[in-house]
Amino acid sequence: MSMDRREFLKIAGISTILGIGGISVVNSLRNLVEASQISPNPEALKAKRWAMVVDMSKFKTDEDYQRCINACHRAHNVPEIVGNPKHEVKWLWKETYEHAFPGTEDEYLSEGIKHLPFLLLCNHCANPPCVRVCPTKATFKRKSDGIVMMDMHRCIGCRFCMAACPYGARSFNWRDPRPFIDTAKENLEFPTRTKGVVEKCTFCYERLAKGLRPACVEESKGALIFGDIEDPNSEVRKVLSSRYSFRRRPELGTQPSVYYIL
Amino acid sequence: MYNGWKIIIGLIIFVGLITAPFIFSGKKATAKPDPKVDTPEILKLPESERKCVESKEFMKREHMKLLNQWRDWVVRDGDTIYTNVEGKRYTISLQNTCMKCHSNKTKFCDECHNYAAVSPYCWDCHIAPKEKKS
Repeated sequence: MSMDRREFLKIAGISTILGIGGISVVNSLRNLVEASQISPNPEALKAKRWAMVVDMSKFKTDEDYQRCINACHRAHNVPEIVGNPKHEVKWLWKETYEHAFPGTEDEYLSEGIKHLPFLLLCNHCANPPCVRVCPTKATFKRKSDGIVMMDMHRCIGCRFCMAACPYGARSFNWRDPRPFIDTAKENLEFPTRTKGVVEKCTFCYERLAKGLRPACVEESKGALIFGDIEDPNSEVRKVLSSRYSFRRRPELGTQPSVYYIL
Repeated sequence: MYNGWKIIIGLIIFVGLITAPFIFSGKKATAKPDPKVDTPEILKLPESERKCVESKEFMKREHMKLLNQWRDWVVRDGDTIYTNVEGKRYTISLQNTCMKCHSNKTKFCDECHNYAAVSPYCWDCHIAPKEKKS
């Protein structure tokens, strides 16, 4: 059988097109099969980007802070390491205004504000420096809802993220945390951490997946407002549009998702 | 043969040394692993529902791969529901799904892992179910 060049190019062209088309059909079928295996919980709370407003006017007594902190730390089996302050592990903690908002302390700032303990946590920045420096992608920003997550399975304990975080929101497990967790108060539904990993607040991703709000928000009696910052009708946006708010170190361009109102 | 007796003694010592482990351990092989699935939680279920998320054969062979995928799906993608071959849905969680039935970590997980001399580090972080010492 003889074939001229024109004939040959025609057949070659058609078979290439068929081949490429065939691959894409097979691929889309395979994706369908694999995607049917897993799905998000339909009851899960969803948002484009989660944010929190801390209403400092509602924190009056020490008990108001402690209630939120305890709720968080118990829900996530955060160890209580006393003694060496460098070994301390914290997800949600108190800090004075001058330490939480460095560079904004005016000379004649009222004593009440200057020493007012602010409730601090991971800011879940829109532009998180910790994620940029993580060599293993153990900490990453969830595309679905903007939470800066920790994957403890991948963390190698290099602590680059701790150096990168301008808010001191990350704690390193210098010691095995297990002996410092009260077994009576331990949450058996959540893991602990191991020695040599970095941990921080995760906006209670495990509770959001079940349709629950973060543990601290539920215990705060309205002092912590949680919602979708990109939804103009959300509770956080309503509060932010009606009251003056400020964030920690906005000049760094990290775009924190935690707002403070006085 | 020069220094023949030295060589022969050396050879005898050498053969003795490398066969010692076999001679002294005797013929008793390590007991075959026998993972137990008779936890109170499983026995409480009606006979027809005593099934793992996938078939027994699949789980025996592939559980490590499944667990690996589960962790990526939950932690990295945020998908928490697993639908198995039969269309049944499960919450993806080692602590809250697997170990709720298999509440006998020592007799279920460790049984084979010890035999195969593998030590997965699941339990460094995940809390194993509290077992009564019997």
